[in-house]
Amino acid sequence: MKVRRMEKRLSLMEKLAIPEILKGLSITFRNMFRPKVTRQYPEERYEAPIALKGQPLLVENEDGTPRCVACSMCEVVCPAMAITIKAEETERYIEREPEEFSIDMLRCILCGLCEEVCPKEAIIMSDRYELANFTRESLVFHKDRLMTPIKELEGRIRFTKEKFDKWHR
Amino acid sequence: MTTAFLIATIIKVLVLFHMVPIMVSLLTLAERKVSAWIQFRYGPNRVGPWGLFQPIADGLKFFFKEELVPEGANPFLFRIAPALAAGPAMMTVAVIPFTFPILIDGQPFSMAIADINIGVLFFIAMSGLGVYGILLGGWGSNNKWSLLGGLRASAQMISYELSMMMSVITVVMLTGTMNLGEIFSFQGEHTWILFFFPVGTIAFVIFLIAAFAETNRLPFDLAECETELVGGFHTEYSSMKFALFFMGEYSAMFTMSCLLATFFLGGPTFFGLIESIDSLWLRALIGFLVFAAKVGLFLFFYIWVRWTLPRFRWDQLMHLGWKILLPISILNLMATGILIATGVLS
Repeated sequence: MKVRRMEKRLSLMEKLAIPEILKGLSITFRNMFRPKVTRQYPEERYEAPIALKGQPLLVENEDGTPRCVACSMCEVVCPAMAITIKAEETERYIEREPEEFSIDMLRCILCGLCEEVCPKEAIIMSDRYELANFTRESLVFHKDRLMTPIKELEGRIRFTKEKFDKWHR
Repeated sequence: MTTAFLIATIIKVLVLFHMVPIMVSLLTLAERKVSAWIQFRYGPNRVGPWGLFQPIADGLKFFFKEELVPEGANPFLFRIAPALAAGPAMMTVAVIPFTFPILIDGQPFSMAIADINIGVLFFIAMSGLGVYGILLGGWGSNNKWSLLGGLRASAQMISYELSMMMSVITVVMLTGTMNLGEIFSFQGEHTWILFFFPVGTIAFVIFLIAAFAETNRLPFDLAECETELVGGFHTEYSSMKFALFFMGEYSAMFTMSCLLATFFLGGPTFFGLIESIDSLWLRALIGFLVFAAKVGLFLFFYIWVRWTLPRFRWDQLMHLGWKILLPISILNLMATGILIATGVLS
């Protein structure tokens, strides 16, 4: 079998090495004055794009009531079993609302299935990505910490409407 | 010897000796900063303004780390090796004249700690000792990678020290003295050795390349060689012992830069401008600043090259040392002799 050598033949200038070294040095010297790419994190924060799936939150209507009807769809679909819902009756038109709604952020994998499955657009993935804390208890989010005014989540709600095409199928 | 002379000497020794650890700590910061800039990063900027106190934080961290002596290590050699690495590198500073001599009690007062007539020999002896720290550290650790690193360091030192000394002898032949202070004053009277074309220039290039190998810096850091040997000779070292190896490396870098500036760039002289200043004190001060600028240039070059070039392969290193640099330096030495004998250079 004929063997073809793929080695590059070096020219005399390349064999002398010193001109090539100087070339390399000039590249690194120019690099020193180029703009930096580092993000100075605590001061310069990452602005999450709308498609980012962060901490799931519950939507709170303008009158302060939860949108959630406690249908338990998200609880069933959650692959990590992070959601726990206890339903109760309410005088409002929707008749049911969650008495207890908790998301265990130690288990949550931020997959967004709960948001996808929700018939009421009541659970929405937010852009909150700083999910570290010191105790296990503080990472189990209850209703009081999950309820978020609808105004803060409007962008993401519009995005999910387009993404899942929920009401026009 | 008068009292004023004695006091001045003590002050000189204290200042110059403490300059080395301070330079070493600043160099570690400079290394990290320059590497960061080359890689489009900012580098340490949290501890103090522009990260200036980062070396202190690093030093404190080294002090509080656990000291570990591996099982089967030779305890004596393992403990003495870091001191042997750092000591000789720092001692070389003793012969370096940092600036022009001043007058104390009517006598010229040299700015080198030891103004000896065999300054060049002292430097050669000390840089030869530097390898023992690395070799014994590698041998005493009872670790195959450390041993390989130590072996490589010693082989590398032997092969590059020869060509380095040949180029130093070229300088000695040209200047006709082994006293470092007289070497730079000769260059002030004539011109820098670097401009003694071609012999001085070739000697400069050889010394520059060999200095990289002597201080175990990239592209010749085969003694450390992270990709093959974990950490090389300091694989098993921790805490302050590890820091001492680092101090040895950086102070060797500093002394090598000082020597490069003294041998080839005329030390504190600058084309007769500074020598013409009449006031001795002012002349010494400005001379010191010029010397510092030259040394800084070389230190920056060291760091710059480290973050530019990849590591040489072992056989390439040996090839370069024995087959290229050594013959060139010997020929250069002979050419210098012929040029001086025929009176072209005097």
